[in-house]
Amino acid sequence: MNFKLKIWRQKNSKDKGRFVDYTIENVADDTSFLEMLDILNEKLIANNEDPVAFDHDCREGICGTCSLHINGRPHGPKPKVTACQLFMRTFRDGEQITIEPWRAKSFPVIRDLITDRGAFERIIQAGGFISASTGSAPDGNAIPIPKADAEWAMDAAACIGCGACVAACKNASAMLFVSAKVAHLGKLPQGKVEAKKRVLNMIAQMDKEGFGSCTNTYACEAECPKGISVANIAYLNREFLKAGLS
Amino acid sequence: MGWLFRFLSSSIGQKFISGLTGLFLISFLLVHLAGNLQLLNTDVEAAKTSFNAYSHFMSTNPIIRILEIGLVLGFALHIFYGLKLYFANKAARPVAYATRDANANSKWTSRSMFLSGSIILAFLILHLLNFFVKARFGGEEDMYTLVVEAFKLPYYSIFYVIAMILLGLHLNHGFQSAFQTFGLLGKKYASVIKGAGVAVAVIIPLLYAIIPLYFLLGIGGK
Ligand code: HEM
Ligand code: FES
Repeated sequence: MNFKLKIWRQKNSKDKGRFVDYTIENVADDTSFLEMLDILNEKLIANNEDPVAFDHDCREGICGTCSLHINGRPHGPKPKVTACQLFMRTFRDGEQITIEPWRAKSFPVIRDLITDRGAFERIIQAGGFISASTGSAPDGNAIPIPKADAEWAMDAAACIGCGACVAACKNASAMLFVSAKVAHLGKLPQGKVEAKKRVLNMIAQMDKEGFGSCTNTYACEAECPKGISVANIAYLNREFLKAGLS
Repeated sequence: MGWLFRFLSSSIGQKFISGLTGLFLISFLLVHLAGNLQLLNTDVEAAKTSFNAYSHFMSTNPIIRILEIGLVLGFALHIFYGLKLYFANKAARPVAYATRDANANSKWTSRSMFLSGSIILAFLILHLLNFFVKARFGGEEDMYTLVVEAFKLPYYSIFYVIAMILLGLHLNHGFQSAFQTFGLLGKKYASVIKGAGVAVAVIIPLLYAIIPLYFLLGIGGK
């Protein structure tokens, strides 16, 4: 398969950046999107050009590192997949593919397609944890947990923190990410102890980082590679209102 | 008061006020609509008498004066936080995407709340100048004739109907959005609330819009 690529190139956070056109030929249809970029980079390196910088790690859809805005959508056109799990057969032969970094004030571009998502780390540091004393592991069934709560917490814990929710949202809001973390901890008894402090601190940090607010367009849910539900955002709002008004 | 300040400076706190005032404004829409529907009375003399009595009551009753303060506050807070959040949200993405397929992941009505709100606001100002100011401060007693004559003007009635369509779009997203903001759009009631939102968004603006059309098309007011 052949493709026309339009890729955002930016030397560093100070550089203004611009799109550069490339063509790539003879790509097998079972090539992943990131492998396609690897092939392009090998060509660029062979020609003594700067390779395209992009984030990646596991390449199996579990780490949340890959973060490409492809043809107008985070992680490309296929629902519930990360860019690393997107295969070139998804595209038409000869198609033009535009690749951009996540765009948000809180995710500044470091180079080309790589953004600094440290804002997410700082939100987690503000409260996305439980304080547990170390020691030997407690007995698995010592604390009874209702099945529905366990299921909800597990679904929320599927969030890989890739930032597609922020990238998709017209307000660059991080509410889906924060809500997944708050629900995954808050739905479980071990997380209830710090629930109030957690939600207040995480939201304060989220606002401080400059993310937008949620206007309930639900674009985040539609683009989330892990299918995190906006029911988590309702839960987050409820927890915040309870904590903030009591 | 520290907690209130913190609450109101948080994004969720501001959304909460925006949603609460939004729902409060719907209650105003209902009361106002009930009054307006008197204009549809086919007995013109009776319509005139009852509508003018109602306008007189609304512009002179002391209890209405007190409720009016609440209404002005409701609008002011709704508009203030609506604008504040809108500009903060714009600022959260200083560099726009070159390509963005927003229709693939969200409805345009959910993304156009600022636009629909702004046109409602423009309508509101015109509406207040034309009717409210004259009844409340101008001492106008025959509001029936004033309103009916205005509705016979095509430009006025057409703008009125357009504003009602935008109100419908605003409410279509806004109603359920407010419940989501309150954290009440849980799995159990989501479909009920969304259904109620669509009903509110269709029925209220439709009933409002029928009134100017009734006079514009020459069906009533003869
Ligand atoms: C009778 C008039 C109005 C009614 C009944 C109404 C109702 C609502 C409701 C129920 C919401 C949802 C709140 C939420 O998402 O939590 C909302 C949101 C909003 N309204 Fe209004 N509104 C009215 C007039 C206006 C006006 C005059 C403006 C002026 C700019 C405005 C701007 C907004 C904005 C910016 C939002 C937030 C949008 C979003 O969350 O995406 N509204 N409105
Ligand atoms: S590289 Fe790990 S999720 Fe894509």
